[in-house]
Amino acid sequence: MKIGVLALQGAVAEHARTVEAVGAKAVLVKRVEQLADLDGLILPGGESTAIRRLIDRYDFLEPLRAFGESGKPIFGTCAGMILLAKRIHNQESSHLGLMDVTVERNAFGRQVDSFEADLAIKDVAEDFPAVFIRAPYILEAGDGVEILSEDTGRIVAARDRHYLATAFHPELTEDTRLMEYFLKMAEDAAGKAVHR
Amino acid sequence: MAKTGTDLVKRGMAEMQKGGVIMDVVNAEQAKIAEESGAVAVMALERVPSDIRAAGGVARMADPTIVEEVLNAVSIPVMAKARIGHIVEARVLESMGVDYIDESEVLTPADEQYHLNKRDFTVPFVCGSRDLGEAARRIGEGAAMLRTKGEPGTGNIVEAVRHMRMVQSQVRKLNSMDLDEVMTFAKELGAPYEVLLQIRETGKLPVVNFAAGGVATPADAALMMQLGADGVFVGSGIFKSDNPSKFAKAIVEATTHYQDYKLIAELSKGLGTPMKGIDIASLSPENRMQERGW
Repeated sequence: MKIGVLALQGAVAEHARTVEAVGAKAVLVKRVEQLADLDGLILPGGESTAIRRLIDRYDFLEPLRAFGESGKPIFGTCAGMILLAKRIHNQESSHLGLMDVTVERNAFGRQVDSFEADLAIKDVAEDFPAVFIRAPYILEAGDGVEILSEDTGRIVAARDRHYLATAFHPELTEDTRLMEYFLKMAEDAAGKAVHR
Repeated sequence: MAKTGTDLVKRGMAEMQKGGVIMDVVNAEQAKIAEESGAVAVMALERVPSDIRAAGGVARMADPTIVEEVLNAVSIPVMAKARIGHIVEARVLESMGVDYIDESEVLTPADEQYHLNKRDFTVPFVCGSRDLGEAARRIGEGAAMLRTKGEPGTGNIVEAVRHMRMVQSQVRKLNSMDLDEVMTFAKELGAPYEVLLQIRETGKLPVVNFAAGGVATPADAALMMQLGADGVFVGSGIFKSDNPSKFAKAIVEATTHYQDYKLIAELSKGLGTPMKGIDIASLSPENRMQERGW
């Protein structure tokens, strides 16, 4: 399996290291043409506004949408979750608009409110160490969205078809269980593509 | 149970800034231009370093009105500078909700012996360093992010290059050392032994190290990235240039694509005159900000 990490800005190396740790090949994606032979893509944590500027500057927006619409899995963490969402609270427009959720940015507060907590994540872990940094969360999820984890009543991990998103940063810890989950999604999607 | 202010949370915040540009701003309008240009954070200041240099006198924490104005203007993280060792300035900034504090030699130090005990704070800190000893001391005090000191407000990259190369080469030296040699190396550097052991075990600094102090052109930013910087602080360069928005965007792109020389050539066209710059040799030792900090 070949998993890309969008490498415009943010915690790219950490994701790449986790991808390699679960036995897949990591590709740092800086150019649109690199999307062509990937089995899945990670949108890393970083600053969503900065990443969006660079997405626009290098005409990544439509190719990233097309990548998702072709059925290939995308995993967004923190800023990546904001990029994936169909709706952003208090903002008129969204970014990729692929995942049927409404997210609120910096929803837990500023950096002094950033925190660590152990989370139960459905089908992944009972005690996943989650690091939240100026994190967003999901305010509303569409009917087809599976809620994987909540922290004090707020949705912080969810899956909508082949899109996976977390408000926290699995890449900042050594725990690879979420990446294994995503790799399985990529393998399943690749399997389906072969059968079609 | 949720835990705030942990090493992971503080250092992780800086990890999210990697590959990005942090820009000095002095008001809301500049902060918005920075955000729109793709800055990953802004540093709220009363005066940019070149103006601090020109004004002389004691440079202090910015007026909280400016910090507040910037906090309200943008959704990206906001950093602010406190004087070295000034516990109260740092606490004031923390209480205002600033996302990161720069314990900075650009301001006049408040304490000529001791830096802040940064472990005591929930807010994370960035500090300047010129070599591995200084870097390890700051990490020991709890800094969650490092940057080169460079020579702020000069538009001259030479000192930032020196500091980045020095830290990198000393980390390489440490990594190739026999364990028996580390304590003496710690003694020579004035570095905490435990921090050096940790670096030696992982092969790298436990926190990100950005370039700062003298970045004046897109090529300067790309040079620092190529030398191993995790990202770039730009101080006086942007809003002292003829077209700040264009200049800011060019720096951001050069930082992302630091090995794409054709792109950097395009970005560098028609940017107008960069800041004039100062030859470091012409600065008397007491006018070198990098000498501040211990």
